[in-house]
Amino acid sequence: MPAKVKDEQTVSDSQQEFLTFVLGEENYALDIMTVKEIRGYESVTKIAKAPPYIKGVLNLRGDIVPIIDLRIKFEVGKATYDEFTIVIMLMIGDRVVGIVVDEVSDVIKVDADDIRPAPEFGVAFDSAYLHGLTTINEQMIILVNIEKLISSDELGLYDNSQTVEQG
Amino acid sequence: MSVDMSQFFGVFFEESQEHLDTMEHLLMEMSLDDPDPEDLNSIFRAAHSIKGGSGVFGFDALTGLTHVMENILDLARKEKLIITRPIVDQLLITIDRLKIILDCYQSEEAIDWDAIQKEIVALEALLGPKGGANSDDEVIDEGFGLFDTVVSGDDDDFGFFDALDEPPAREEKSYGFYETDEGESKSQTSEPEELDELAYALSDDDFGFFDDEPDASPIIENTTDKKTNQETLVSTQPDAKTTVQPSSPAANKNVASAHAKTVPDKSDSAAKKPKIDAKESSSIRVDTMKIDSLVNLVGELVITQSMIKIVGRDVHGEVEEKLEGAIGELSRNIREIQEAVMSMRMLPMSFAFNRFPRVVRDLAGKLEKEVDLVIEGGATEIDKGMIEKLVDPLTHLIRNSVDHGIEMPNIRAAKGKPRNGTVVLNAEQRGSSIIISITDDGAGLNREKILAKAMQNGLPVNHDTPDAQVWPLIFEAGFSTAEAVTDVSGRGVGMDVVRRNIESIGGAIDIQSAHEKGSVFRIRLPLTLAIVDGMCVSVTDQTFIIPLTNIIESIQPSKAQIKTIGNEQLLWVRGEYWPLLALHELMDIEGANTDPSTAIVVLVETARKRFGLLIDALEGQQQVVIKSLEQHYKRVPGVAGATIMGDGGVALILDIESIAAVVTIPNQTELTHAG
Repeated sequence: MPAKVKDEQTVSDSQQEFLTFVLGEENYALDIMTVKEIRGYESVTKIAKAPPYIKGVLNLRGDIVPIIDLRIKFEVGKATYDEFTIVIMLMIGDRVVGIVVDEVSDVIKVDADDIRPAPEFGVAFDSAYLHGLTTINEQMIILVNIEKLISSDELGLYDNSQTVEQG
Repeated sequence: MSVDMSQFFGVFFEESQEHLDTMEHLLMEMSLDDPDPEDLNSIFRAAHSIKGGSGVFGFDALTGLTHVMENILDLARKEKLIITRPIVDQLLITIDRLKIILDCYQSEEAIDWDAIQKEIVALEALLGPKGGANSDDEVIDEGFGLFDTVVSGDDDDFGFFDALDEPPAREEKSYGFYETDEGESKSQTSEPEELDELAYALSDDDFGFFDDEPDASPIIENTTDKKTNQETLVSTQPDAKTTVQPSSPAANKNVASAHAKTVPDKSDSAAKKPKIDAKESSSIRVDTMKIDSLVNLVGELVITQSMIKIVGRDVHGEVEEKLEGAIGELSRNIREIQEAVMSMRMLPMSFAFNRFPRVVRDLAGKLEKEVDLVIEGGATEIDKGMIEKLVDPLTHLIRNSVDHGIEMPNIRAAKGKPRNGTVVLNAEQRGSSIIISITDDGAGLNREKILAKAMQNGLPVNHDTPDAQVWPLIFEAGFSTAEAVTDVSGRGVGMDVVRRNIESIGGAIDIQSAHEKGSVFRIRLPLTLAIVDGMCVSVTDQTFIIPLTNIIESIQPSKAQIKTIGNEQLLWVRGEYWPLLALHELMDIEGANTDPSTAIVVLVETARKRFGLLIDALEGQQQVVIKSLEQHYKRVPGVAGATIMGDGGVALILDIESIAAVVTIPNQTELTHAG
């Protein structure tokens, strides 16, 4: 199993670590360096006139942090909230944002050579927000360029498209 | 010097900035007919301190210019030169140049030596005829000046390090120089009068050093630095002596004074609490970051306190009473800590106001108008962060008043007004707000011109639009009624930036104006940006905070008090109709109580409007810490920020000012007739 992750192996230059998560029935992954923490979903304070995928804000140890539900934004799966619903807190630039996902599964190491370009269709996300695709255990994983996605005008999370480091 | 001096640059820049401000301020205030010698001395000392410091750090551009400046001032304070208006003007220009040089050094940009040379020539031109007439003076002065560069540099250097060196000065008395000081200071402690006499006997210069002392506020530094600093000090001291020795007799006189200077200075620190100036050592420079983090911590404390309060609700019986007492005590203490911490961030308004006499003077001169600026309430304290953001809008408003408000002297005379126009800049605290007003006795805003311009810009106005709605039009982007664009104002970008700046710090601005009588621009600002007293209100399960300053009262209206006109609901309270807004509509909340007669209406007011806000229930009054939504999200209309409640949840703080913008004020008379 060549694609199997070897935990002991240190990450070399061509390798990057990703956190895989599930939206609906698809497997996604995002750069683990952007992850601040992972926590259960808790009720948020709604914000008036925000689009439906912006669930609201919550208190993360004194910081007021917005929570967005990518399932609603990209119409994948059902936006249900139960005790298994997970929020991944991301650190994008110097801003914190939480994304709601169905499940967090694994940390994988992906070699740059193993990333194939994403197709133009068939994926819920615009290919502009993707690093590409990779296969682990014969399972397709979509590598999301989460920094680009979160700071995109499409999500409209920030005023006048803040300059956030691109991954 | 072997020590890396760059670590002291920051202090030098800050102090020099203060010295320049002092000089500017004093020059502006000086009466030409009867200059106060003490003022002249202060100005001289400020120039002298900058020269000394810059000499030490090798900022030659500063040294050169201040040196010439100092010569003029020295003659002036010795009454050998009569200060005239052109001299003051030139000195002010020099101060501007010094500020530019200081900025250049600070940002490590190239120095414009040519400009400096020109300034020096211009300054020397002031001295020129005088020097020719009295060559003796000139020689002495030159001697003084030259020599002074060395000694004063050293001595100011001393001043600089003094604060840092204080502890070692007391601990390690083995250095020759300190020994002398010690001796001197002992004599001072035993016979304070003697020292006073000594101080008086010496030139004003050294006495001045006392006055200067508070400026050189003690600085907390790494203790590891102290040793090296001291070595610097010691190594430079003999230098001064040797340089001084071969000087002319005139200079020698100064050696004495220069040395003596250090005596009272040093004894200050040795005697710890000198009688001469109680202010010494009463202030300390602290990084604002440290204060900010303290403010944050106090905020967290307020949240924790409300958490305890909530937990306390579950406690019953005898313990409940005790707990309540303890919580009461705690909240009192927290409020006091909070006030103390906030007051650290507070600065008197004069920090912003002091630059305006100069602005008005220059502008009036350029426009050939005669304008007096009256400043009131400069002692009113306001958050430091706000002062910084206020300077630009205030400058713009004042320039505006001078340029557009005040008429030319002959026009004023023709109107039967005094030739001198007056602009009054006032700051006062009202409750938890600061009101800053800029009042001029000029022509007032031109209603017709504004209306014409508004119509031209396609704004919805007509000739019957009330004044209160006409004046704010000047804050619209691209709005200028000036006939010609001058370099002073009239580009139409200013006023809308003014309003935006003021709103960005949670303030509001309104205008009153009367034809031929003048205008008043009134800025209302919150006292602090960090914590607000608020009323918690709820709509369904969501909590919102309304700042207490906006609330007039809360009522549960009867059916008879509610009127409906079209889609608008109005509330009849004590002979007046109030527009009624439903918070659940503003905030898009479903399932709220929509019947005002069973819900609660909070009557709120802003600087311009009053209206009722329909909510489900009141939850109680509480201090809340304002957290920024923008830090991780973006600005939300109608929301000033968020706060964390005692249960850890987030509540939004309403921005009544921006909500008011959507309220239309009903025409009272029309309604009364209709009703």
